[in-house]
Amino acid sequence: MFLAISKRLLMLIPVLIGITMISFLLLQIMPGDPASRAMGTRASPEELQAMRELWGLGKPLWVQYLYFLRDCVTGSFGMSIFHKQPIIDLVAERLPFTLAIVGYSTVIALLIALPFAILAAANRGRMLDNVIRQIFVVVVAMPPFWLCYVLILWLALRMGWFATGGVGDGFVANIGRLFLPSLVVGLSTAALIQQSLRAALIDTMKADYIDTARAKGLRGREVFLRHILPNSLISTISIIGVRVSWIIGGTVVVEKIFSVPGLGSLLIDAIVSRDLPVIRGLTVFFAIMVVIVNLITDICYALADPRVRLE
Amino acid sequence: MSLLSVRDLITEFESPSGTARAVDGVSFDVKPGEIFGIVGESGCGKSATCRSILRLFGGASARIANGRITLEGAGDLAQMRERDLAQVRGRDVAFIFQDPLSALNPTMRIGKQIGEVIRRHRKASRAEARAAALQLLRDVHVTSPERRLDAYPHELSGGLRQRVVIAMALALRPRLIIADEPTTALDVTVQDQILRLLKERCDSLGTSIILVTHDLGVVSQICDRMAVMYAGRVVETGAVRDVLDAPSHPYTRALLAALPGQVSRDSQLIPIKGAPPSLIDPPAGCRFAPRCTFAQPQCTIGTAPGLHPRPAAAEGHFDACILNEVSHAAA
Ligand SMILES: Nc1ncnc2c1ncn2[C@@H]1O[C@H](COP(=O)(O)OP(=O)(O)OP(=O)(O)O)[C@@H](O)[C@H]1O
Ligand code: SF4
Ligand SMILES: [Mg+2]
Repeated sequence: MFLAISKRLLMLIPVLIGITMISFLLLQIMPGDPASRAMGTRASPEELQAMRELWGLGKPLWVQYLYFLRDCVTGSFGMSIFHKQPIIDLVAERLPFTLAIVGYSTVIALLIALPFAILAAANRGRMLDNVIRQIFVVVVAMPPFWLCYVLILWLALRMGWFATGGVGDGFVANIGRLFLPSLVVGLSTAALIQQSLRAALIDTMKADYIDTARAKGLRGREVFLRHILPNSLISTISIIGVRVSWIIGGTVVVEKIFSVPGLGSLLIDAIVSRDLPVIRGLTVFFAIMVVIVNLITDICYALADPRVRLE
Repeated sequence: MSLLSVRDLITEFESPSGTARAVDGVSFDVKPGEIFGIVGESGCGKSATCRSILRLFGGASARIANGRITLEGAGDLAQMRERDLAQVRGRDVAFIFQDPLSALNPTMRIGKQIGEVIRRHRKASRAEARAAALQLLRDVHVTSPERRLDAYPHELSGGLRQRVVIAMALALRPRLIIADEPTTALDVTVQDQILRLLKERCDSLGTSIILVTHDLGVVSQICDRMAVMYAGRVVETGAVRDVLDAPSHPYTRALLAALPGQVSRDSQLIPIKGAPPSLIDPPAGCRFAPRCTFAQPQCTIGTAPGLHPRPAAAEGHFDACILNEVSHAAA
C-alpha cells in the first residue's frame, strides 16, 4: 500500500512537468507584451521596463520557464502582481473555504441522494421512480446562477433563514453562511449520485449473493444494510472523486454570487485584473489537486473493495 | 413420512413477452436423510422449483400461483408470511447455489459470511460465531482454516469457495439442503470431491438433499430417488434404480438412449432432437408430443397428463405418459 502510494506520487513529477509547460506556454503565446497587458496602457515606458526586468521577460524563454518551475517546486507558485504576495499565500487563505464547500456540499448531496436513490430503486419502473428521476432532471437543468438567486430571494431575503452571502468567523458561523452555496453545488452532485446509486442498487439486488444472504434467513433490512447498500455505495466513490476535483476549481459562479472568498473567485479576480502569474500558478495548483484527489479516490476504492488493488 | 412434500406447485415468471409457467403442477416428496435428484434439460424449471421452496427468486418477478410446500413440523412454506419463512431459511432448509464466486459477497470476509447465518438464528457473540465458523471450515476439510476466515472470496479457488458455501449451508445442521447444480461452475477435477464431501457431511448429520444436476452418472451414484422434469412438469419419478434401469416415460428413455453405453460416472445429459415448447403458452396435451416417437393423436388433446403408476411398475415409480395408463395398456 505504502509502496503503491509512493509510486503514484512519483508519477506526479512527469504530470507536473507537462502541466507547468502547458500553462507557461499558453500565457506565452497570448498576443502582446505581458508587462503592458498587466500594467495597462497608462504605464510609462520606464515602468514597463522595470516590470520586464522584475519578471525576467528579457531572458530567453527556457530561462523564464526554469524560473517558473523553481517557483512551483519551492511552493510559492510565483508572485501575484496585483496582491504582491506569493501565490501560495493567496491559495492558503482561500483554500479552507473551497474545501469547506467541497465537504459540505458532498454531505448535503449524500443526504439528499441516499434516500431518493433507495426509494427509486425499491420502486424501480414504477411511478415514484419516474417522478424522482424527473425531479433530478429539472434540478440538473437549472442554471446554477439562477438557482443561487432563487435561493437568496426565497430562503435568505423572504424567510430570513440565511445570510445572503459572505463568510463568518469560525466553524459554527460558517455552517449557516456556507449552507446556501453548498446546497447549490450539492444539488448537482446529488443528482449524479442518485442516478448512479439507483442503478448500482438495482444491479446489486439481482446479485446471487443477495439470494445467499436471504437464504441464510436474514430479514429484508439486514440484507439491505449489510449486503446491498455497502456494495452499491462503492460505485459512488468515483463520482464523488470526480465532483470534488471539479468543485475545487469550478465553483466560480457560486463563490462570486455568495461572496465566498474561495479559489474560484481568486481565479476570476486574477483574470479580471490580468494577474498572469496567479492564473498560471492556479492552473498548476488545480492540476496538482486533481492528481491528489484521484489518488485519494483510488485509495478509498482499494479500501472499500478488496478485489481492487492500488496500482 | 416425508420431510418435504411438494404438491401441485405452480410458479410463474413475469417477463416482457408474457407470463411463463416455469413450474406447472409439480409434486414430489423428499424423505428424511435421502438424496433426491432432479434432472431435465436446460430451462425445464429445475431451478424455479428449487427457488420456489424458499421463495428466493433473485431479481426476477416470480410468484407461486398454486400448490403446497409442506415441511415437516413447519407447515406450508408456500403460504407462510415472509417473516416466518425467514426463520426457516438457513435454519431448517439451506440453499447451495451453482456458482460459489457470485454466491459469496465479494466485499465481506469468509468468516463473517459464515458467522452471519449462525448469529441470525442463535444467540452468539462475534467471537463465538467466529469459533463456530472455524470448526465448520475444518468439517469441510478446508486447509489452514484460520487463515481462510479472514480471506475474501476472490482469494480462494473455486473448490474452496464451494466448500465455504457448503460450510455455510451446514452451519445450523438444517434438515434439508437444496443444491442447485453445486458443481457445474467448478473444475472437473474437484466436482467429484465436492459432491462426495456434500454427501458425507449430510449423511453424518442426517440431512436430506435435493440435488439438481445434468449428470445422470451423479444421480445413479449418490441419489436415492429422482424426478425427471420436462417443460415445467415432472414426467417420471421413482427410486433411482427403477427409473434408470426401467425408464417408462418416452422422454426418460430418449435421454438414456442418447447416452453412450451404461449410465456411469460422467453421463452428462446429451440433448435430444428438437426443442421444448414455450412455457408462456404451452400446447395442449403432452408437452413432449412434438419430439416423441410414440406420439398418438390423443396425446395432444386436453390437459397435460399427470403422474400415475404404470402397470407392474415398482412401488413409487410413476410416469406421465398416457400410453402407460392402465386403461390404454389394457386396451
Ligand atoms: N429471471 C427469470 N425471468 C423470467 N423467466 C424466467 C427467469 N428465470 C427462469 N425463467 C423461466 O423459467 C423457466 C425455467 O427456468 P429454470 O431456471 O428453472 O430452468 P432450469 O431447469 O434450472 O435450467 P438450467 O438447467 O439451465 O439451470 C425458463 O425457461 C424461463 O422461461
Ligand atoms: S403422452 Fe404421448 S407424446 Fe407424451 S410421452 Fe407419452 S406417448 Fe409421447
Ligand atoms: Mg437452473
